[in-house]
Amino acid sequence: MSSIKKNEIASYELPATQLDEKSRKARDEKIQIATIALCGCWGCTLSFLDMDEKMIDLFDKIAITRSSFSDVKRIPHRCAIGFVEGGIANEENIETLIHFRENCDILISVGACAIWGGVPAMRNLVSLEDCFKEAYLESPTMLPEQEKILPFHEDLPPITNKVYPCHEIVKMDYFLPGCPPDGDAIFKVLDDLANGREVDLPREINRFD
Amino acid sequence: MSIKITIDGKEIETQAGEALINVAADNGIFIPRLCYMRGKPCLGTCRVCSVKVNGWMAASCATPVYDGMNVEVDDPEVKDMQKALVENLFSEGTHNCPSCEKSGRCDLQAIAYETDMMVSRFPYRFTERKRDNAAELIWLERDRCIFCQLCVHYIRDEKTGQKIFSISGRGPSSQIEIDKTLADKMTKEQAREASDICPVGCIIDKERGFDHAIGVRKYEISSIRERILKGEQ
Repeated sequence: MSSIKKNEIASYELPATQLDEKSRKARDEKIQIATIALCGCWGCTLSFLDMDEKMIDLFDKIAITRSSFSDVKRIPHRCAIGFVEGGIANEENIETLIHFRENCDILISVGACAIWGGVPAMRNLVSLEDCFKEAYLESPTMLPEQEKILPFHEDLPPITNKVYPCHEIVKMDYFLPGCPPDGDAIFKVLDDLANGREVDLPREINRFD
Repeated sequence: MSIKITIDGKEIETQAGEALINVAADNGIFIPRLCYMRGKPCLGTCRVCSVKVNGWMAASCATPVYDGMNVEVDDPEVKDMQKALVENLFSEGTHNCPSCEKSGRCDLQAIAYETDMMVSRFPYRFTERKRDNAAELIWLERDRCIFCQLCVHYIRDEKTGQKIFSISGRGPSSQIEIDKTLADKMTKEQAREASDICPVGCIIDKERGFDHAIGVRKYEISSIRERILKGEQ
């Protein structure tokens, strides 16, 4: 990441209307949940929304500190449960995942990308050099007169040579396969954890095809 | 000769010499397998059907039953061993179910569900093996091969009986090969048979693609467990 101090401010640092004392207290007492999205397609996040109305009852017990829909770069306080979707494809992913591990009690790998790399891991079969060439320098969809530029900037995180599953970087506690897993599967895991039960994903809803 | 064996404490009467894997299936006990086809000689290559026989781990397809045999199938150590073998296959090749034509009719996928696999405990290797599409009817997706050798032994040239598929190299450099001259003499039915015999998405018969919608694929209509217990495969 860049070491140069920039004149930038993140949206969550902007002044905002504070919650009233009662609501804030009620929210702070709930089980804090956060999700992060690394290198993936966000399909698992959409599956999260497929829990539909089942989420309503769940929200009596849980509060979402950060999700892929909010613009929070790093979770502001410790969370009980962290969902990780997407694999590791650049240095920013590694930093984000390590910070998440240090600040969550339980981490869950959600989806094929987090579990083994998924579609981004298709580039593991070619060298990074060939991969960049195909994407930027010798792309078949390039216009003939187009200037050949390899994107390079201090704000762009360096790409790792291979795409890695999350559990090869930090310890992951549970795995939820699928591309993406069903909303029902996510609900089952979340419901088990929120109610203090041992996570048990039944065979009928474990799908990775 | 009629004999008595015990599986998970249940006494079973059967005939001496019958393969343990078949005796278990006939008595409603499911043992996962990838390289064994009922009615064909056992190959014993995948070892996924390993169970405890008198306390020792043994491949049940290659173990004939004998009087007084004590077998454990529903045992945590056995289940973990079977799961580890399946996980090993998933990390050795590149098995991306969502992009595979075989998804839904793949034995490896069905067995992975049956053994409750979630993730492989072994590091994923992303082995690179060049695919081969030279043959008229067959497409060989080599990085999905699990070296079960079903195609090597049971798919042969109809006239001469020569092997069409073979395995070249040894250890990590081994790969599945296809004899193009013999393969081009195959009928469409035989190419379909070769594709169906393959327990993974390695042998693909061309022009078939994704021929069944999600929900009506082979193992969604009837699971691999039901098929094995009925003696269909």
